Amino acid sequence: MHELALTESLVGIVVEEARRQHVTRVNAVVLEIGAIGQVVPESLRFCFDAVTRGTIAEGARLDIVTVPGAGWCLDCGKTVTLTERFGACPVCGRHHVQMTAGDELRIREMEVT
Amino acid sequence: MCTVCGCGTATVEAGTGAAGEAQGHSHDHPHAHDHDHSHDHDHHPHDQAHHDHAHHGHSHDHGHHHADHGHDHVHRGEAIDFGAGLAGVHVAGLDQHRIVRIERDILSKNAAFARANRARLTARGIFTLNLVSSPGSGKTSLLVRTILDLTVRFPITVIEGDQQTSNDAERIRATGVPALQVNTGKGCHLDAHMVGHALDTLDPPPASLLFIENVGNLVCPAAFDLGETHKVVVLSVTEGEDKPLKYPDMFAAANLMLLNKADLLPYVDFDMTACMANALRVNPRLQILTVSARTGEGLPAFYAWIEAHAATASALAVTGTP
Repeated sequence: MHELALTESLVGIVVEEARRQHVTRVNAVVLEIGAIGQVVPESLRFCFDAVTRGTIAEGARLDIVTVPGAGWCLDCGKTVTLTERFGACPVCGRHHVQMTAGDELRIREMEVT
Repeated sequence: MCTVCGCGTATVEAGTGAAGEAQGHSHDHPHAHDHDHSHDHDHHPHDQAHHDHAHHGHSHDHGHHHADHGHDHVHRGEAIDFGAGLAGVHVAGLDQHRIVRIERDILSKNAAFARANRARLTARGIFTLNLVSSPGSGKTSLLVRTILDLTVRFPITVIEGDQQTSNDAERIRATGVPALQVNTGKGCHLDAHMVGHALDTLDPPPASLLFIENVGNLVCPAAFDLGETHKVVVLSVTEGEDKPLKYPDMFAAANLMLLNKADLLPYVDFDMTACMANALRVNPRLQILTVSARTGEGLPAFYAWIEAHAATASALAVTGTP
């Protein structure tokens, strides 16, 4: 998608939180990214280094926790695993599946000094 | 700079009047993304009592302010363990690494603005459609036709999003309704913050229709809630019938799909059935109407859809509950 835009939002939140907590440095940021979401982690990492430059988070490590995909199959009436965005239900093969996990784009925590 | 996407030069262009008379307010909000400037926002009706006003755009959706109870968090036993900081335990006055829980969506800033917009629009019974499509699908032509046909029944206002130019807003104003152009500059989509500013200027009347014509782009606008009632995706028959599969998020986010340029169907190889099947595959609840902005074919069904939903919107504003 637009990783630079997302990274700027991410770094904005991190810097805001860091300022509120009166920290001197942000050493690492932990993200939860959905496995079948729209974000390309490599691209996020690339942007993260660029966007944090000159901020309190400069040089911080970016840890990405991948959240596996899951969905609710309307036909089977149960939660199924999804390996593809808008993919078919692995049980019945139909596409009446609503994604319930795997689309995350979340800042879990940061390690600060 | 836009807080969400970092697009550099968003501007709200002046001139909302029917004849395009200038109404001032041509600003290019030049704030950096890590700002804490405080400027007055009357589109923030929610929960301001308990939070610090200086943080314009600060999300309200985490119930846990670390700063409020001033102790260090050393979360041991988390899935991700940084060795629980250098010291391992908290010793007063000793500098150590610590973990600060954030638990916020990266898009939470936009979500907070969108909630504020939605609360404001819902309270006034304003039925808001966010029109999304690829460039050239005929959104503006469709809008012009719709406005001409519905303006006798509803007060209508329009927010036009484009990277550059105010051409579209001028086309809308030619129909006699107020339109405001928002130029996103480098940005590829409208965000809720821009729309909040546009609402300040445009000030749509109660129980009216508000159309937001998003930037022509089938990717990014899907991810940015603007506070609208519904997203309407426009797909023209001169595009491929597999677009719903190529750009599924937009079709998944929309409530209504308009298949535009139906008058060209005899001249193009467009498999209508396959297109609808593809769209329903990514969004089983999508409603689909076939229309032509040029001939007017199919538009009465679209107008009926608007009237039914607009009636619900104004009823909600009166009763206050869904």
